[in-house]
Amino acid sequence: MTSKRSIAILCLLVLPAGFAGVWRLQRSIDGDLSALHEERDEVLLRSGKMVKLLSLEYAPLMADVYWTRVVQYYGSKRERREQNLDGLWPLLDLTTTLDPNLMPAYRFGSTFLAEARPVGAGRPDYAIDLIQRGIRENPDYWRLYQDLGNVYYFSLHDNEKAAEAYNKGSRVPGAQPWMKIMGARIAERGDTRQTSRLLWSEIYQSAQDETVRENAKIHLMLLKTDDDKEQLDRLLAEYAKKTRRQAESLNELVNAGMLRGVPVDPEGVPYIVGMTGDAELNSKSPLFKLAPLYRRF
Amino acid sequence: MTRIAAVSWNTFREAVRDRVLYNLVFFALLLIATAILVGQISIGIETIVLVSLGLSAISAIGLLIAVFTGVGLVSKEIEKRTLYALLSKPLRRWEFLVGKFGGLVLTLTVNTGAMAVGLLIALLYVKHSLESGDATAFVAVYFILLKLAIVVALALLFSCFTSQLLAILFTSGLYIAGLFISEMRNLDASRVGPAARHFFTGISYLLPNFQNFDVMAAAAHARPLPGILILHNTLYAMLYCTVVLSAASVVFARKNLK
Amino acid sequence: MPEPAIEIESLTKDYPTGFLHLKTKRSLENLSMRVEEGESFGFLGPNGAGKSTTIKLLMGIIFPTSGSAKILGRPITEVEMHKDIGYLPEQPYFYDYLTAAELLDYFARFYGMRAAERKERVAKMLKKVGLETAGKIQLRKYSKGMLQRVGLAQAILHDPKVVILDEPMSGLDPIGRHEVRDIISELKRGGKTVLFSTHILTDAEMLCDKVGVIVGGKLQGVGRPDEIVGMKAHEIEIVFEADARDARSETLRGKASKSGSRYAMRVPEENVFAAIEELRAGGAKLAAVTPIKRTLEEYFLHLVEKDRAQAAAIEVSGK
Repeated sequence: MTSKRSIAILCLLVLPAGFAGVWRLQRSIDGDLSALHEERDEVLLRSGKMVKLLSLEYAPLMADVYWTRVVQYYGSKRERREQNLDGLWPLLDLTTTLDPNLMPAYRFGSTFLAEARPVGAGRPDYAIDLIQRGIRENPDYWRLYQDLGNVYYFSLHDNEKAAEAYNKGSRVPGAQPWMKIMGARIAERGDTRQTSRLLWSEIYQSAQDETVRENAKIHLMLLKTDDDKEQLDRLLAEYAKKTRRQAESLNELVNAGMLRGVPVDPEGVPYIVGMTGDAELNSKSPLFKLAPLYRRF
Repeated sequence: MTRIAAVSWNTFREAVRDRVLYNLVFFALLLIATAILVGQISIGIETIVLVSLGLSAISAIGLLIAVFTGVGLVSKEIEKRTLYALLSKPLRRWEFLVGKFGGLVLTLTVNTGAMAVGLLIALLYVKHSLESGDATAFVAVYFILLKLAIVVALALLFSCFTSQLLAILFTSGLYIAGLFISEMRNLDASRVGPAARHFFTGISYLLPNFQNFDVMAAAAHARPLPGILILHNTLYAMLYCTVVLSAASVVFARKNLK
Repeated sequence: MPEPAIEIESLTKDYPTGFLHLKTKRSLENLSMRVEEGESFGFLGPNGAGKSTTIKLLMGIIFPTSGSAKILGRPITEVEMHKDIGYLPEQPYFYDYLTAAELLDYFARFYGMRAAERKERVAKMLKKVGLETAGKIQLRKYSKGMLQRVGLAQAILHDPKVVILDEPMSGLDPIGRHEVRDIISELKRGGKTVLFSTHILTDAEMLCDKVGVIVGGKLQGVGRPDEIVGMKAHEIEIVFEADARDARSETLRGKASKSGSRYAMRVPEENVFAAIEELRAGGAKLAAVTPIKRTLEEYFLHLVEKDRAQAAAIEVSGK
């Protein structure tokens, strides 16, 4: 066989067919491996310091690699609707040991380590450890104080420490003025829906990570439904007082002239009257499924 | 004996007579013994440490042999001109390549097998009896062997047209790249741009995916593996090696030797 | 006419040289020649002339830039044809971790010999090249001469029809060379075709039916050794004795060179009888009258000179 002919056969036949087969097999293997429900990190590499030592001057690069794994880990766990996010902390620990200045890791970690299962790992203590490392290594980054305050407020219900965090953060040069305001507000009024809404709005606006922003958005929507339901319950009670009977659907309120139209939730699905006579989310709404998962504050 | 088998057997014989290999195997066995000791320190995780360390040792030693011997498979024969007499026999060049590949894979099989036996003995010592989940550790060894076969094929390919040093660099580079395939696929588009993301996703399927063969966590925790994975990985390795060896055959077929 | 054993047609080989391999160097130009079956052919030339290049091209170790060749009627690209060829590389080197017996046994497998046959042949070959006792020693301990012999053994192990040897005498002491010459003679008697390259001219003269001289990548001439140099004697050498005191032979002695009591003189062929007459008249005593044949060596040197002059001329003209 002449060399030209064999090169042609190689390039036009063997390589494409071979790699097509490889690609096909790879998909199968991906499926097989995801069925294993395991974290990718071996036991040995749990030690951040060991990895840092082994990486030498490539530590920041390795940090990026591990950061990618954090995102992938979280994403695949949520996709498979798995509750166990135990691997999140070691991964974040490793990432921030390798590169203590990797901001997205701190901000992501503060949210999803603290959030209760199944949204997060349910470990606010780890979240605090993470943020405090972040503050140690990046004392100028005042937003970490914001994250710290949020963890105390939302997950630990420790208003005192939350206010303290916000106040400390407000003293960092370059901090925005609302940090001080938020600190004062929490100290004064404690745990209120309005405060929560303000805190989540701030996160929603300032977050650069898509996942964190999405998370804040859901919290805001659910807070809105709480407000809406409160209002609707008041109207239902009024109605019951007037007509001496429970309304069975919100249309009755509309007919009675108390509402202009059946109100809808932030996803555009109308509220309904539930079994207990209170306003409820429509089971058809996506928020219906999310509500129990997200402990709303 | 067919001609390919003759070349394979001779390659195996060369490796066996090279005393360096015995030292490496001994070293690996030593590591496994150390693993047992390390495991005693932290209670309850002896098996995990033993299997992790043992598999890491087997993989590392195997890789050293695969890369350093692999790159010499062809280039050493060209440099020393032992190839001249061989090519004057009725032996096609691709038969020579496949024979060399087979010989080194056979060597690695024997080496890895020896080390696996060491691991088995250590495991028995620590656990006193085995359960079905422990088989995963030995499937992990088989997967390491599959991975090594691909590395040998790559080393052989580079050995056909570059110097030994460059071949070592390229082969090692491809091996490291192959460890980060899933990271390549999950690149954050906002950080690298969509074009780069597509490029990396594309080549992530062309590069050998060594993550497929990494089941160390399952092995350490004695979790059973889906049987179909064994089949798929075997096919993957066979197919990938075939592609690489075909390319090597074409490159080598018209190479003018010095 | 029967098929030649080796047939080479316009074989050319260029090598890339220079920075970035942009230039080429022509190491073989348009070589065409034939070696008939049963012939022993000597490939002569100085180092770097292209002898090894030609042989490597025949064996498929390197590939021609253009041209073709056939051995036993089959193109050199057909690897199967190698079972009828034996090859000894230049300065051979073999797997040093094997013994001679193991090496020969390994090579024998490629010719499809079964275990019993291999054992027999290997023993026979070792004996033939004088390595009987060294058969179980690892090749890394072999001297150059011993390696050469192993090389020869592996070339003829399978009783091939055509034997190609690249510098078979190199590295051997006179006894070794004698032995190799014997083996080549034996091959000849067995009807094998032998092609070997050498720069030792006396070996070529002794062993070859035909000789091809290659200089500077070009074939300068092919023919029987005596044909090439020309049978015709150009000069006659006259050796005579004369009395130094005798004045009559003084002129003659002046023209001759002295060695002991004898004088030697060269005269052109056509003047020989006049010279003898002169000597007789001068009272000299004739010792010998010998025609001087131009040797292969002189022919050779002449060609090399010519080639060098040509190359120098090309350089000077700035091509």
